[in-house]
Amino acid sequence: MNSDGTSSTSGATGSGDSATPRRNSKRPKYSKFTQQELPACKPILTPGWVISSFLLVCIVFIPIGLASLFASRSVVEIVDRYETACIPGGFRKDKVKYIQSDSNKTCRRNLTVNKDMKPPIYVYYQLDNFYQNHRRYVKSRSDPQLKSKSKENETNDCKPEATINGKAILPCGLIAWSLFNDTYSFSRSSQKLQVNKKDISWKSDREHKFGKDVFPKNFQNRTVKGGATLNASIPLSQQEDLIVWMRTAALPTFRKLYGKIEVELKKGDVIQVTLENNYNTYSFNGKKKLVLSTTKWIGGKNDFIGIAYLTVGGLCFLLAMSFTIIYYVKPRRLGDPTYLSWNRNPGGGANN
Amino acid sequence: MKRFVYINDDDQSHDLYCDNRISNRKYTVLNFLPKNLWEQFSRFMNQYFLLIACLQLWPLITPVNPASTWGPLLFIFAVSATKEAWDDYNRYVSDKKANEKQVWVVKKGVKKHIRAQDIHVGNLVWLRENDEVPCDLVLIGTSEPQGLCHIETSALDGETDLKTRVIASACAGIELELLHKIKGVIECPPPDKDIRRFDANMRLFPPFLDNDVCPLTIKNTILQSCYLRNTEWVCGVAIYAGNETKLGMSRGVPEPKLTAMDAMIDKLTGAIFVFQVVVVIVLGVAGNVWKDMEARKQWYVQYPNEGPWYELLVIPLRFELLCSIMIPISIKVSLDLVKSLYAKFIDWDQEMMDTKTGTPSHAANTAISEDLGQVEYILTDKTGTLTENKMIFKRCCISGTFYGNETGDALKDVKLLNAVSGGSSDVIRFLTVMSICNTVIPVQSKNGVLSYKAQSQDEEALVRAASQLHMVFVKKNASILEINFNASLLQYELLDTLEFTSDRKKMSIVVRDCQSGKIFLLSKGADEAILPCACTGQQIRTFTEAVEQYAQMGLRTLCVAWRELPEDEYREWSLTFKEANSTLVDREWRVSEVCQRLEVGLEILGVAAIEDRLQDGVPETIETLRKAGINFWMLTGDKQNTAIQIALSCNFVSPEPKGQLLLINGKTEDEVCRSLERVLLTMRITNSEPKDVAFVIDGWALEIALKHHRKAFTELSILSRTAICCRVTPSQKAQLVGILKSCDYRTLAIGDGGNDVRMIQQADIGVGISGREGLQAARAADYSIGKFRFLKRLILVHGRYSYNRTAFLSQYSFYKSLLICFIQIFFSFVSGVSGSSLFNSVSLMAYNVFYTSIPVLVSVLDKDLSERTVMQHPQILFYCQAGRLLNPSTFAGWFGRALFHAIVVFLITIHAYANEKSEIEEVSMVALSGCIWLQAFVVAIETNSFTILQHLAIWGNLLGFYVINWIISSVPAAGMYTIMFRLCGQPSYWITMFLIVVCGMGPVIALKYFRYTYRSSKINILQQAERLGGPILSLGSIETQQRSLERELSALSISQPKSRSPVYEPLLLDSPSALRRSFGPGPHTDFRTRNYKDN
Repeated sequence: MNSDGTSSTSGATGSGDSATPRRNSKRPKYSKFTQQELPACKPILTPGWVISSFLLVCIVFIPIGLASLFASRSVVEIVDRYETACIPGGFRKDKVKYIQSDSNKTCRRNLTVNKDMKPPIYVYYQLDNFYQNHRRYVKSRSDPQLKSKSKENETNDCKPEATINGKAILPCGLIAWSLFNDTYSFSRSSQKLQVNKKDISWKSDREHKFGKDVFPKNFQNRTVKGGATLNASIPLSQQEDLIVWMRTAALPTFRKLYGKIEVELKKGDVIQVTLENNYNTYSFNGKKKLVLSTTKWIGGKNDFIGIAYLTVGGLCFLLAMSFTIIYYVKPRRLGDPTYLSWNRNPGGGANN
Repeated sequence: MKRFVYINDDDQSHDLYCDNRISNRKYTVLNFLPKNLWEQFSRFMNQYFLLIACLQLWPLITPVNPASTWGPLLFIFAVSATKEAWDDYNRYVSDKKANEKQVWVVKKGVKKHIRAQDIHVGNLVWLRENDEVPCDLVLIGTSEPQGLCHIETSALDGETDLKTRVIASACAGIELELLHKIKGVIECPPPDKDIRRFDANMRLFPPFLDNDVCPLTIKNTILQSCYLRNTEWVCGVAIYAGNETKLGMSRGVPEPKLTAMDAMIDKLTGAIFVFQVVVVIVLGVAGNVWKDMEARKQWYVQYPNEGPWYELLVIPLRFELLCSIMIPISIKVSLDLVKSLYAKFIDWDQEMMDTKTGTPSHAANTAISEDLGQVEYILTDKTGTLTENKMIFKRCCISGTFYGNETGDALKDVKLLNAVSGGSSDVIRFLTVMSICNTVIPVQSKNGVLSYKAQSQDEEALVRAASQLHMVFVKKNASILEINFNASLLQYELLDTLEFTSDRKKMSIVVRDCQSGKIFLLSKGADEAILPCACTGQQIRTFTEAVEQYAQMGLRTLCVAWRELPEDEYREWSLTFKEANSTLVDREWRVSEVCQRLEVGLEILGVAAIEDRLQDGVPETIETLRKAGINFWMLTGDKQNTAIQIALSCNFVSPEPKGQLLLINGKTEDEVCRSLERVLLTMRITNSEPKDVAFVIDGWALEIALKHHRKAFTELSILSRTAICCRVTPSQKAQLVGILKSCDYRTLAIGDGGNDVRMIQQADIGVGISGREGLQAARAADYSIGKFRFLKRLILVHGRYSYNRTAFLSQYSFYKSLLICFIQIFFSFVSGVSGSSLFNSVSLMAYNVFYTSIPVLVSVLDKDLSERTVMQHPQILFYCQAGRLLNPSTFAGWFGRALFHAIVVFLITIHAYANEKSEIEEVSMVALSGCIWLQAFVVAIETNSFTILQHLAIWGNLLGFYVINWIISSVPAAGMYTIMFRLCGQPSYWITMFLIVVCGMGPVIALKYFRYTYRSSKINILQQAERLGGPILSLGSIETQQRSLERELSALSISQPKSRSPVYEPLLLDSPSALRRSFGPGPHTDFRTRNYKDN
């Protein structure tokens, strides 16, 4: 605006000479960018391009799908749902009362191995209908408190499990409070199978998220106990069950690592599981499962990716085929100017 | 409320009226912050974001860190405020410059040099030649003996001719020395903006004549921003000052312009907002129900049995915050950014630079480029906009001899030069009439250079031409006219002037030859007006032929005639003329009747032909833009016939058989009404035919039509694609723009003079031509260009690209926000409808601000079609005009795409990352990277032309996403420590990404391909033709050929004047059969030459 004003006055006085250098300086700079003339590649969706890319996708997808499916299928997995089975017959009607009682909740299960399982064999517990991602739950933790001793009173986010009698709970919050407390022990032909509970959590968590000098304090001191209690003499960085539990799950159905069995299980082996059925999933009809699984490059047993790849590959093939057929049955010349309606009106018709 | 101005009274009037300080500022330093904030918050979007940001301060409901909203919000506000402040500062600087100009003012009886802003109402202001008038003045003294002065009012009304003003009659004869001491009072109306009216009285105090109240009219005033010309000095009393002057009152605050696109985006935002509210209510209710049914059983959540009173609100509000990202906060910033880049592209464009003067185009308003692509009506000024505003005498025909042929103009024709030097009496008489039969004032500057000041450019051209033929009009001294012919001085005494009126279409003067004492009547005028007055016996056939032939060339013709008057006839007539001139009733009619009596039996001397050159490329530009579906209205202060002439010659209206001109005229309400209805009827009938119908209306009829028949006129405006409005005032121009705007048309006003300023400000888009009439229009306009022909490029290239780009960018912004929001919503279904967020604060903010904003910004370089293709097929602009690329249905497409992609991302993520992998941070990053991958491919698939920058932005951004996340993942304190490294190490992560991309893009590409090939839009066809190198180029050339053929046909048919339809306005000074003047390619010129030879 400013420069316009000055140039207008010089124009009015008619001093053309003084205006000339100014004008030259206003001359736009020439570059391909300013003139919007950068060299550009302008792809268009030609039939050949589209059909061949769909075919290419199909060619890539089917092998990957097969490989994934094969990998997933070769994972050996034993799943045992025990939450109902472990309730003694008399308590079946009121499971909640049973679980809240002080009676002995030991339960024995037998698992049969269908296929050879190579170590390491991962032991998971699986919970269904458990909302670790609930908003009240997922936020109810204090990371600074877990990390360093000096911040043990930072419990603002932990309500309603923040303090007891004015003293900070450590680890505070609903997540820690509801720590899963079923325990499993395995034996094969009355020979105990060692479950390795070391290194089941993320290394980064042990080293950077849970402090080595932070010890549980005032934990589970309330009358209503949520889940497991913690040994107050072991620092949090070694409480691996807690660390695993504190990695909240995104979905209401999730598995968490319990431990690893580091011996091979043969086909036909019967494994006796002695479990302490302590955790209350009965108030919300949650399922509890014990899972033994090997692992492959794709992870655990999950057919989804393999099936999805095969389906998509197949669909791409179908699409490519149908586009080809349509292309030959109903060819349409690309960029035919006669399709432009204004070339079809009587005035412009003469040029055809 | 009258105002009383006490002349030269230093005490009384100081406090009463404002001083001459001009202020266009919007803010002051103090009120800037509150006022600016208030203005920003009057926008719905901003209120919304503020509300969201405030809600986020409540930790109970906020899903993410409040900084993720406050940061961007404050940034946006700071940017807008800075921009406003900068603009206002510039206004302040330019005001200051005007305010601090030095003027001579009488203070306490002494003439002093003071700043313009210190002038007070009642002060005596002295001005010298070529001074700009600082405020509205009543004249009380001039240097000229008759009390006259000449002013140029182009800044006010755009008329470049000089106007005469006289001093108040009461002040006539006051000595120069006494003017200082003059005292008196002026009673005048309160300030208004009517520049044609000023009804006031003046009474001088003793010792000056005190006997009477002296009436003042607009004739006695000179208004602010006029220039004093040809007058040594004047002295006047300031009556209105500062922002209260006529100009200041009509300046008006230009309203900020909102583009149609912005309005559409606002509308869509509103729709999204409604959708969001629905989602929030549904999810809120569902959440509360789930809470009561399920969550209370989930003991680990520890829902208290008794919540606070607002408990029911908590979940809906959480969802409100969760869904608030549905309306992208980044859209405003992105749009502002790309809009300023569009403006820069206009500034930078070399092809829109006037190479002669070196003026580049300039976009002063950076916010409305998209509107250029949606223009439906162009309202254009004529003089200086379409034409170069340079009249040049080209040819003449004197007593049957044609001078000047196709090789050169008449001034260089040897035959004519010989005739002049040979002293052919016909030629000399012809030249005499040319040089003195006019109202031109010759001005001799100090160094002896002669220049002419004329009310009409035609007259100036004639006088100039005559002087080049050695008939130099030297001096006009009271009533003595002096001409210098071949070194001999001829003197004529001007006895009477029979003035030009648009009814008479001719003007005459009566002069006495001082040598011989004989009295002559000299006339010039339109052929229809002069030729019938020829004396009996004179053959006028050659002259009609000449007129016909010149008109064919697009020249304006003037017939020149004279007659010797017997002394007694003149004396007798002179008495009746004086009497007629002093009548009070029907004076104009009486005078013209008396004139008619004298203008008979004329001897026709010849025909002069003048060219008002059209600017280069005007006809082509108008034709192209009309093909693009843009309607043209010409609004000019000029005479009707001139306007029609120009309209014909620049393709504005097609010549006769195809086009038809309907005239609306009349002096009274009834006449106008009847005429309007007749035109409307014709218009309705012909509307179905492929005929070019245009209506012509003059200022007077327009005034009546607008006042009394607004509805009918509005209907007419809708029906008519073309209109010519002549003799219209600046405010009428603005009113016409208003009418079109009220019918929801996008209007573009283009002009070059001060009289176009209001129209330019009123229109959706104002374009100013930095031309001969100064830079006023250019400064008021949103865009200024050097030449009319750049308009084509401005609209078809810049407007269209801007529209396309913004259409993509805005819809894409919604798409990406909806995408992530839908995922959040889906996640709430698996998280107990509790309103937890899948994504963390950092990711959410970065998603909106970085990951998805950068690739889309390079869409400002996207070109769907090359500039050349667009120029060849201007019809393609229809897609922009009709808003085909951004409307609820295209938006629904993007909405659907967002929904589909959200489903794809969410389902694949939760299935691929189920069971032991379902750690929330990992799942969230998988979903987020799915979104990023998809959006990169969406941008890629929607990009029509990839330059290196696009590739960099799209793929570089994708890489950038990983780099940023790796960096964040390596910070132990961050929530997502090591997550990205873990994911990138898993084959299943990459397999999942691949799956998401193919599932998301496959159907999109398939659908796009199908539509592209089998349901292709015109844009697609042209794209295909362009890229495959089809026959598109040859097509263009065929079209031009065919067009020229058409023109040939039409030219033939209009050469018969008999075929005029009854409503066709007979053209006066200029002939209706005028063909457009060609500056264009060869064929037309060839044809015209052929035609000429036939004649």
